[in-house]
Order: sequence, then structure tokens, then C-alpha cells
Amino acid sequence: MKMTELYPAGHKVETGSKLFTAEDIIRFAKKFDPQPFHTDAEAAKSYVFGALCASGWHTCAGWMRCFIDFWTAETKRLKAEGIAPPKLGPSPGFEQLQWLKPVYAGDTITYSLTSVESRPLASRPGLILNIGLGEGVNQNGETVLRFRTKILEFE
Amino acid sequence: MPSPKLHFEDFHIGRVFELGPKTVDAAEIIEFATEFDPQPMHLSEQAGKASILGGLSASGWHTSSMFMRMMIDSYLLSSVSEGAPGIDVMEWKKPVLAGDTLKGRSTVTAARTMRSRPHIGIVTFSHELENQRGETVLRLENAIMFRIRGEENTA
Repeated sequence: MKMTELYPAGHKVETGSKLFTAEDIIRFAKKFDPQPFHTDAEAAKSYVFGALCASGWHTCAGWMRCFIDFWTAETKRLKAEGIAPPKLGPSPGFEQLQWLKPVYAGDTITYSLTSVESRPLASRPGLILNIGLGEGVNQNGETVLRFRTKILEFE
Repeated sequence: MPSPKLHFEDFHIGRVFELGPKTVDAAEIIEFATEFDPQPMHLSEQAGKASILGGLSASGWHTSSMFMRMMIDSYLLSSVSEGAPGIDVMEWKKPVLAGDTLKGRSTVTAARTMRSRPHIGIVTFSHELENQRGETVLRLENAIMFRIRGEENTA
């Protein structure tokens, strides 16, 4: 089965939720994005964000983890139903990524993926390019992350 | 006395900031993937070799996070950055394999002030990272906000 058959354009799946603790935010930021508003709750008060918040890349990585967990379960479900799951390949990147709101310590982000379009790659026969809208919403219903993800699929 | 930190005015069009070098080892690829992107080609050399990536390879989100750290160390922590609203285009062009050494550059392509926030300027960059074979592995375009020095002095 192909992705576009499983999830036609406009179909939205909720992939999971992730709690961002202060400890997790600081641990990620110390490795990859050690700006004061990501590593120090006290220092963060004097910046625009006003409080400790997650690196945008941490928010993105959380989206990926939820998608993988969702996809692992979905693959199992399809196989149990006797359906061959789509064969997904690596991602060549993304577009139009927006970090719309800060993700503060204690926030829980619920992630989703909405199918946008699917087309064969003229340059690489046998490969299909799927474009999806990845999103993250906090516990107040505010969208914090939005991007157009590209996912390759083997025919 | 003017702040020695890099301000909006310092990011003139055409200015280049060097990124890296940074050698990526297997342990950090596996550590990131275990937490955020647990797919086989990011978790073991054997599974990586069997995939179209050709070896144990970093998650695209990991490469992006390492790129963030390179910007931090090159110029962001020594600037008056106010963060970035997002990423216009991100291309993961080649796999980043265990043992690869990445380096690259950020080039200023545009700079403008904001009517709505007169003390902030927006600088647009084109960024790229290449491996030790000279192959471009990551390319992106985005805008970053910086405080304007002129405004600070008159404040």
C-alpha cells in the first residue's frame, strides 16, 4: 500500500504528545543550543521569551520521535490486518518551518501530520515524494510548530 | 561605550562566518537517535550499511542540531540575537556518516529593519555544511533577529 492510499490529501493523524520538562530543555540546549533562555531559568527572565523555553530544534526532534513511535505502531497494525505498509525512506528535508510560540518548561506538545501531496520523483524512478504538514500544539491549543516535511517512499 | 557584541549593523550583505569543523562520532549519532529518531540506519552500522544511506548515519534533525551548535560557537553567542522565527528551506542533501567531519559557512544575503519593532533588524542567511570529501550535506536559508546598535546608543 502507498502512503497516498493510506492517508489521502487532507488526512490528519495525531502522532503523540511530549512533556517538555525543565531538565530535558536544559539538557538538550547545553549540547546544541546553549543560549541563556534555553539553559537558565533565571537568566531567561531578562529576554523576550520571559522564561525558560525549549530550543526550536528540540521541539522539532520531539515531533520526529512521536512520528516514529506512531509509525512503528501503525506498521504493526497494518501487518496484523494483512496489509503491506508503505516503505518509507529518508527525508530530504523540509520547508517553511515556523516556530510560532515558545515551548515553556512544563508544556505538553501534541504533534500531528497532515497529508498534503504525493508525486513520483521524475529524477529518481521508483521513488515517491510525499509532502506533509507537521504541527505541534500546546496544552492551551496554541500551535507552536508548523513545517512542510518531505518523506521519500519506495514504490 | 558600544557593546563589543555583534549587532544588526555588523551583518552586512556578503559577510561570511565560518562554521565548524566538527567530527561526528558513532556514539553521538546513536545517542541522539535513541532519544529522538530511533530508525535502524541511525542506530547501527550494520543497519546503516543495508540502507540506501550506506552506513551509520545521523538523523537529519541531529545534523540540524549540530549545525545550530556550530552557529552558536561561530557567531550567535557573541551577538545580540533575539532568536529566529523559522527556517525557509532545509535540504539534507547527503547522509552524514559516523566519522565525517563537517564544516561550512553562513553568508549574509539580506538585512532589513522592522517597522513594527524599531530596535530589531532581520538578517537573512544562506548556510551550508560540507563533509571532508567536499560534498554539501546540508543547506538552508533562514532569517535571524538581532538588536540594532544605533537604537541602543540613543536609548
